[in-house]
Amino acid sequence: MFSNRTFNIVVPLISVVLGLLAGALIMLAFGYNPVAGYAAMWNGAFGDAYFLGETVRQVTPYVLSGLAVAFAMRAGLLNIGVEGQVIVGWLAAVWVGTAFGMPPVVHVIVALLAAAVAGSLWGFVPGLLKAKLGVHEVIVTIMMNYIALYLSNSIIRSLMTDGSDRTDNVAETASLAAPWLREITFFSRIHYGFVVALLMAFTMWFVLNKTTRGFELRAVGSNPFASEYSGMKVGRNIIIAMVISGGFAGLAGAMEGLGTFQYASVSSGFTNIGFDGIAVALLGANTAIGVVLAAILFGTLKIGALNMPTEAGVPTELVDIVIALIILFVASGYIIRWAFLKFSKEGK
Amino acid sequence: MRRVLFLLTLVLTLGIFLAACGSSDEGGDSEDSGGDTGSQEEGSGSEGESGGDFSVAMVTDTGGVDDKSFNQSAWEGLQAFGEAQGLEEGEGFDYAQSESDADYTTNLNRLVREEYDLIFGIGFLLQPDVEKVASQFPETNFALVDAVAEGDNVASITFKEHQGSFLAGVAAAHKTQSNHIGFVGGVDSELINKFESGFRAGAKTVNPDIQIDVQYAESFNSADQGKLIASNMYSQGADVIYHAAGGTGNGVFSEAKDRVRGGEEEVWVIGVDRDQHDEGQINDQNVALTSMVKRVDIAVQDVSTQAMEGEFPGGEVVEYGLEDDGVSLARTNEEALGDEIISAIEEWKQKIIDGEVEVPQTREGAEEYISSL
Repeated sequence: MFSNRTFNIVVPLISVVLGLLAGALIMLAFGYNPVAGYAAMWNGAFGDAYFLGETVRQVTPYVLSGLAVAFAMRAGLLNIGVEGQVIVGWLAAVWVGTAFGMPPVVHVIVALLAAAVAGSLWGFVPGLLKAKLGVHEVIVTIMMNYIALYLSNSIIRSLMTDGSDRTDNVAETASLAAPWLREITFFSRIHYGFVVALLMAFTMWFVLNKTTRGFELRAVGSNPFASEYSGMKVGRNIIIAMVISGGFAGLAGAMEGLGTFQYASVSSGFTNIGFDGIAVALLGANTAIGVVLAAILFGTLKIGALNMPTEAGVPTELVDIVIALIILFVASGYIIRWAFLKFSKEGK
Repeated sequence: MRRVLFLLTLVLTLGIFLAACGSSDEGGDSEDSGGDTGSQEEGSGSEGESGGDFSVAMVTDTGGVDDKSFNQSAWEGLQAFGEAQGLEEGEGFDYAQSESDADYTTNLNRLVREEYDLIFGIGFLLQPDVEKVASQFPETNFALVDAVAEGDNVASITFKEHQGSFLAGVAAAHKTQSNHIGFVGGVDSELINKFESGFRAGAKTVNPDIQIDVQYAESFNSADQGKLIASNMYSQGADVIYHAAGGTGNGVFSEAKDRVRGGEEEVWVIGVDRDQHDEGQINDQNVALTSMVKRVDIAVQDVSTQAMEGEFPGGEVVEYGLEDDGVSLARTNEEALGDEIISAIEEWKQKIIDGEVEVPQTREGAEEYISSL
């Protein structure tokens, strides 16, 4: 009845609609007006240029962290370590941005590269352990998240500053800030990072679909044994997949470090950019274009939700539940897929 | 098909259930606001005019307004202010909750757009954001709690936590029987170091030989870490632990209560920010020796009133200390404190206010102070 391709488009769409409906029911059940609630969310995300700018700002790292998860997933790896790779990328970008003086443009590029390299390194370790010793990447990457968090806290505190909680701002030359964009969006924190994110989405599509390496990665992802048999080096492909995935994640960190915040600070918890990236990749069916669309949705939800308590009076806790329900439906897309198959069978 | 419906129902029920769980707090909130509305009506009857069109709002850090700590305290202050001025929640006063560090600027901006006259940033984490937004909107007044921000339209509200912590140290040193006490910090930072320094100085002043364990959990909201650290400290012989760790401190309380349940008698916790007496209650005992109370609510009301009367302390640092009861030690657990400790606290409090003792605010300062004893 449906081709696989249509499935990949229809299923996430239905999940989102169902999620929004379920959220509406919950709001209704507690005596809040769901129309007002969603209107507040819409206004909070696109209501004026400022919020539009903030939404783009939030979408940018999501695209990259989503790409990171999706890329690894295509090679059959679940990279939960995107969170840690984001953190080290953030730190590396800010380090280059604060410690060195370089001409404009060059400085940004070097800082971005540093972030990508740092993220890649953080991805390389679990990749290597998986390839050589068969250690499951999920466990190693989770551990690496904590190492990244506390290591970066300690580096910020004792190496990059003198016991302070945050670093200096990055130099003008290393900043991704787009003053004219900020001006037209009333000082939102929108920055050139979205160009980087879109470029990377294109890169991922190109590598996976147009190169031999990409073909090998996908082959290893679908069936490592068959790939091995046909002469591909499975271990090497696993390492490469984790390194590239980590690179994307590191860039996501650079978006925050060079764009949104312009500094790195001691943090008592995770940024959640990496974890949300898992949901983004899921919703985007692990494709480049899907990830971009899913990131837009997630960014919208995140920024728009902040407006729901103030404008529509929906309490923060309820907003969290509505968002969680939407994600739940999105993540359980397989139920919808299954329902579809059932339907089409009954139809016959 | 039926199974699909079943699954759908299941998920929805789950959602409603979760929503219901969330709503126990919710209920509390709406009761509160219900109470407010009641008194607001009275208020608007008697002095509705005095509020004029002044409006004030605050942005929480990631703790949220029910964190049992300074966000909650600040919101209580704002509610009290709104009530007194006959303002309506959502119109005259409101809060915006932040889910992550990235939300601070967005929330501050939103409140500026809604044309609030005064906007509070609660917690030192908001410092860079408040500075930035304040420079972009010079017409709006801002106030930052717990840190100093630059800008002519920003008032910085800080507390002399080191003074209160000094008294906590005095109390701990008097209470301990093992001559061994502990300090659990949230994130190792300038602010929390103030607590640590004051506490160590206070304890060493009473007893130069006292052993003080200091450990940081690197988190303000992991109760499990707090419990683990407390368990280690108590096992190694400490019997009084002072925590300046927000939600992490709840773990310290739960460890102390577990030990009381297991038959140990002399385990004590000193709470922080608000009077944490309720946290320490176990059966008819209470492990909360005292709490180092920071009256964020008073400060918030104070600055709001000044702003409303056109005397907003923009560009200034407003510091609350022992002398104006901005910080103090709670006396709820009189039984555990006893007259001797209370009079010792009073004595040192007076000495600090009179300037006889200069309480150190940094680790280096504390080392210097202790070696000079």
